[in-house]
Amino acid sequence: MADKVLMKGNEAIAEAAIIAGCRHYFGYPITPQTEIAAYMAKRMPKIGGCFLQAESEIAAINMVYGVSSTGHRVMTSSSSPGVSLKGEGLSYLAGADLPALIVNVQRGGPGLGGIQPSQSDYFQATKGGAHGDFHMLVLAPASVQEMADLTVKGFELADKYRMTSMILADGTMGQMMEPVSLDYDIKPAPEKPWATTGTNLEREHNITNSLFLSPEKLEEENFKRYNRYKVIEENEAMYEEYMMEDAEICIAAFGIAARVAKNAVNEARKQGIKVGLIRPITLWPFPTAPFKKAVDKVKGVISVELSMGQMIEDVRLATECKVPVTLCNRAGGMIPSPEQVLESIISMNNGGAK
Amino acid sequence: MAKLTFKSDKCKGCGLCVDACPKQVLALAKDKINKKGHHPVEAVNEDACIGCAFCATMCPDCIIKVER
Amino acid sequence: MVVFDKPHSLADVPLHYCPGCTHGIVHRLVAEVIDELGVEGKTVGIAPVGCSVMAYDYFNCDMIEAAHGRAPAVATGVKRALPDNIVFTYQGDGDLASIGMAETVHAAARNENITIIFINNAIYGMTGGQMAPTSLPNQVTQTSPYGRDVNHCGFPIKVCEMLSQIDGAEYLERVAVNNVKNVKAAKKAIKKAFQNQVEGKGFSLVEVISSCPTNWGMTPQKALEWIDEKMIPYYPLGVYKDRSAKGEE
Repeated sequence: MADKVLMKGNEAIAEAAIIAGCRHYFGYPITPQTEIAAYMAKRMPKIGGCFLQAESEIAAINMVYGVSSTGHRVMTSSSSPGVSLKGEGLSYLAGADLPALIVNVQRGGPGLGGIQPSQSDYFQATKGGAHGDFHMLVLAPASVQEMADLTVKGFELADKYRMTSMILADGTMGQMMEPVSLDYDIKPAPEKPWATTGTNLEREHNITNSLFLSPEKLEEENFKRYNRYKVIEENEAMYEEYMMEDAEICIAAFGIAARVAKNAVNEARKQGIKVGLIRPITLWPFPTAPFKKAVDKVKGVISVELSMGQMIEDVRLATECKVPVTLCNRAGGMIPSPEQVLESIISMNNGGAK
Repeated sequence: MAKLTFKSDKCKGCGLCVDACPKQVLALAKDKINKKGHHPVEAVNEDACIGCAFCATMCPDCIIKVER
Repeated sequence: MVVFDKPHSLADVPLHYCPGCTHGIVHRLVAEVIDELGVEGKTVGIAPVGCSVMAYDYFNCDMIEAAHGRAPAVATGVKRALPDNIVFTYQGDGDLASIGMAETVHAAARNENITIIFINNAIYGMTGGQMAPTSLPNQVTQTSPYGRDVNHCGFPIKVCEMLSQIDGAEYLERVAVNNVKNVKAAKKAIKKAFQNQVEGKGFSLVEVISSCPTNWGMTPQKALEWIDEKMIPYYPLGVYKDRSAKGEE
């Protein structure tokens, strides 16, 4: 299937999930990601899978918890307010070390917010998103192709590390149409001896659980989990560098913001300004390496975001505040224009780092 | 005649079995304290036991085995 | 001849419940039924949040601990992934009828082919005796210290009566475990609720009127009497729905 097909971002996620072996989808309608549910509703019955519209996002994530306990690949999708409702389940999935794929096609917030694209759930996604010490693998696609690729990758990483992968997209990524190749070499999922599938009277019973009343034991579980996180931080960070070889100014941006920023970089280069782009593809683990490398040669970093400035905190941590880090942003469903980003570049180039 | 066996260490001395017995076979052993700190049940009149298992039916901790 | 012994699918470990708490009786009944139907090896149980949270340690079948109230949603996921397995939830009144009411009602509406064992003891036990959605009018609890004032905090929820209005529900019965006769009837109902699942009939829920001597502030014996005197008059025992029996299939 090397041929490219024209697909919406949301549909690309759905089809890629099916290709990755996901046969169970649970969700609740919310704009701007409902195409995923609609696609699954059409496809799942035809391939022996299960699409079920849940009574709430809370129920949907707990259905995911149930399927994941049995060892099957499973997913849910939602948008910002719905993901808040899923928070409880995300914490329980983490506490029980269950793999799952969660898609957040973000819209503006807080509260009911709006239905236009946003990146304002960055904190929620990368800093845990609910109670307790935990992380999710957070993957930020910047094209319809990546919506599909990262969905496949998300399932593989979730199984590998027994944790939740989140696709952190936004309304533009979900709605835009681009040609996609869905040619994947899907590896079989790893053995899951922990799955609760019935003992068949052949083994001790398995228990899926996040309750540890002994603080010593609970601490041990947390340390074990964070040791695994450490391995992930060392091995799984993904990013794209664009024109960073000789860059004197660095832009940090992910998802749709990175596409806008790329245009601004091209324009600035035409004007003779040496600017480059670091595009984190994994937001957790955050790719600190390219920033650590960049700080020695750039005079500043501009974080371009569709939020009031959330990733900028991780950029500052990664650059250890060795150079100024400024924010170029729109919020509430608005998208920065390439001209706005270009202005920030010119401003920094003129020594006007705010 | 029936035979009663108790897992006395698991008994919580609630006495529901004592009340359930139609033949007044059982009593809590006021002179004994088990590992959990309860007076465990014991058969004080086992000869009268008819093996109806009412005691075991009402035991919340499943400590009674009844044979007949 | 052994007339009575611990069922195989009930783990041989001490239960953490208070003396005289009837959770243990219901655990045993569920285990007896699993044994008698020969389904232990393919059963997946789902424990709630509440006093019976550690039920996952008490059954020898595979077990899952769910978030508070979400057991029917978790069970839905498990059953959809493993349709040939037997999936049951074991939930208390706060779990099923308060925080998890939506999950309960919608699992019934979908006629999920699962079995729910619902313990109604009219109180929150694990947290120390607060008002439950099923606490009786004027019942004194930690959070209704002057008695449950129905004008202020509403009326108790009668789960079987309510769910009987749901077209999807297959079988609903309310039983009690306060005497030998009722325990035997409770077992029959629980067995039917599991048998229904084996036969693919769908959503089967048994509400078990149970005691909480500790938080009711009574002896175990007095608590069983209170079930007869106060609970059963408000929550009448009986079959509230049996679609197959009525030929409604």
